[in-house]
Amino acid sequence: MTEALLLDVRDVSVTFDGFRAINSLSLALKPGEMRAIVGPNGAGKTTMMDIITGKTRPDSGTATFKGHDLTRLDEPAIARLGIGRKFQKPTVFEALTVTENLLLSLKGIRSPFAVLFARQSSRERARLAELLSLTRLENVANSTAGDMSHGQKQWLEIGMLMGQEPDLLLVDEPVAGMTDAETMATADLLREINKTRSVVVVEHDMDFVRALGVPVTVLHEGSVLAEGTLDDVSADPRVIEVYLGR
Amino acid sequence: MNAFSCQSARSFKSVIWTAGLVLLAAIVLAVASLLPESSPLHASAFVVSLAGKYLAYAMLALSVDLVWGFAGILTLGHAAFFGLGGYAMGMYLMREIGARGAYGDANLPDFMVFLSWKSLPWYWCGTDHFAWAMMLVLVVPALLAGVFGWLAFRSRVSGVYLSIITQALTYALMLAFFQNGFGFGGNNGLTDFKDILGADLHAPATRAALLVATGIALAASLLAARFIVGSRFGNLLVAVRDSENRTRFLGYRPDQVKLLVWIFSAMLAAVGGALYVTQVGIINPGEFAPANSIESVIWVAVGGRGTLSGAVLGAILVNFGKTLFTAWLPEFWLYGLGLLFICTTLFLPNGIMGLWRPTRKNDPEDITPEVSAPEGEHP
Repeated sequence: MTEALLLDVRDVSVTFDGFRAINSLSLALKPGEMRAIVGPNGAGKTTMMDIITGKTRPDSGTATFKGHDLTRLDEPAIARLGIGRKFQKPTVFEALTVTENLLLSLKGIRSPFAVLFARQSSRERARLAELLSLTRLENVANSTAGDMSHGQKQWLEIGMLMGQEPDLLLVDEPVAGMTDAETMATADLLREINKTRSVVVVEHDMDFVRALGVPVTVLHEGSVLAEGTLDDVSADPRVIEVYLGR
Repeated sequence: MNAFSCQSARSFKSVIWTAGLVLLAAIVLAVASLLPESSPLHASAFVVSLAGKYLAYAMLALSVDLVWGFAGILTLGHAAFFGLGGYAMGMYLMREIGARGAYGDANLPDFMVFLSWKSLPWYWCGTDHFAWAMMLVLVVPALLAGVFGWLAFRSRVSGVYLSIITQALTYALMLAFFQNGFGFGGNNGLTDFKDILGADLHAPATRAALLVATGIALAASLLAARFIVGSRFGNLLVAVRDSENRTRFLGYRPDQVKLLVWIFSAMLAAVGGALYVTQVGIINPGEFAPANSIESVIWVAVGGRGTLSGAVLGAILVNFGKTLFTAWLPEFWLYGLGLLFICTTLFLPNGIMGLWRPTRKNDPEDITPEVSAPEGEHP
C-alpha cells in the first residue's frame, strides 16, 4: 500500500442474537475522501457506524483509524482520536444554551477536573464566534437549545461536530425530513466540510447522493454489494435487484 | 439580544443570597441563645439545637440536589453517607467521654465494656484525636461513594436500577450497624456525649458555636456547589444528565463526571451528618433507614430540584412542618409528607423555587428568531 489509509475496516462481522448484522464487511477511506453509503433498511449501515465509533464491538475482523485499533477503544477514546458522529435525529443538550452546547464540543479539555477549573480562553471565544456564524445561530446564541426549531438543532449539531475538529465525520441520514432546498444546502455544506476533513455519509436519498458527487458504497445484508460512482452502481444488476426487489 | 435571554438559565444568583441568609440566621439565633433568659429575644436550647438539626439536614438535601438535580442520579440512599459522617463524629465524641462513662473505663466506650471487650477494635484507633476523626468523616464516605460509584457508573447502571441499589446500600449499612459485633454500639448507637474539643456540649456557648459552625458549613457548601454547577463542569453535568450517550461521542467520559460529583456529594452529606450528631447528641442505625433517604429526596422535590437554594429551603420547611405536625398529630405526619410529595409533583414540578422563576416556554420575549425561515423549513 503506497498511501496510508485514514480508516481501514476489514472483514468485520457482527452477530446480534444469531442475526448477522454485518458479514465480513470491508471499507477503506483515504485522508480527505468523502464516501456515501447507501443500502436498504437492515443493510447494516448504522451498525457499521457503531463499530467505527466504538459503540459495538465486532465479533471478528479489524478496524483501524490513523493506525489505532478501534476495536480496543471505547466511544470517548475514539471521539478524542478525531472521529465525529452526527446522528440521524438531532441530539443537542436541550437544557443548555447554544453557546454552552458549542463550548462543550470544542476540541481540547475533556478530563472532569480540567473541565471543573476551565476558564474560557480567547482562542475558545474566537472559535465560538466562528461556529456561531457558520451555523447562522448568532441571534440565538444565548437561547436554550431546547427552544429551537428542528432545522436549527440540526445546524447546531453540525456546529458541535465542527467544534470537535474531527478528521473523519460520520453523518447519518442528514437530510431525513428536509425540504429539497435544504437537502441541496446540506450537500453544499458537506462538500465544504470535505475540503478539510474526510466524510462518510449514510443516506437513502439518491438525489442527495447524486448532488454530493462522490464514490458510493452499496451495502446489502451486512456486506458490500458494489462500490463505484453512482452511475456505475445504479447500472449494476445486483444493486437494481436489491433496490427494486424484482 | 433581549435582556431575558442574556441571563443564563443557570446563573444561581439566589444561591449567594441563600448562603448569606443561612449564615445570618445561624448567627442571630446563636447570639439570641446567649442572651439572659429574662430577655424577650432569648432563644432556648431547644430552638438552637432544632435549628442546627435543620441546617444539617439542609446539607444532606443540598448533596442530594447536586447529584439528582444536576447529574440525574436519583439517589435513594444518601442518608448512608450522612450516617457514616455522623458515626465518625460519634466515635470521637465517645472517646471524649473518657472515664466519665457509666463504667468509668478511660479507654473503652461503655458499650464495649458492656460487651466485655478487652481492647478497642483497630478501626477505633486514633479516633480520640479530633483531626483524625474529621478525616474519617470525609474519607470513609468518599471511599464508599468512590467504590460504589465506580462500579455502578462504569457498568452504566442508571435510572431506577441505580436508585434501587443506593437503597440497598443504605439498608445493608443499617443492618450492619445494628450488629453489636460491628463495634458501633448496635441498636443503641453512640450517645451520652459529654464534650467536644474540651467544651461542654450542653453549655449554651458550645451549642451556639456549633450552630454557627453548621451555618458556616452550609453556606460554604452552597457556594462550593454553586461554583461546580455554574462552571463548565456544571454544563457537562447537565449534558450527562440529559443525554449521557451524546457526551461519549463528544469524547467525555460520563462515568468519571458522575463519579466526581457523586463523591463530592457524599462528602457534603457526611459533613452534615457529623454536625448533626454534635447537636442532636445521638447517632444510631436508624439514621440509615431507607425512609430517611427518601425523605431527603422529598425535601429537594418540594424546594425545587436543580436549584441548590430550593434544597435548603425544602429541607428547612419540611422539617419545620414535621416538628409542628409530630407535636400536634404524630400519626398523620407520614400521610402529610406523602400528600406533600404528590401535590408537589402534580402542581409544583419545579418546587417552591419554581414559583418565582418564569417558565421559559411561555415567555413572549423568548421566541427564537427565524433563522431557518429563508430555507422554508418550519414544521
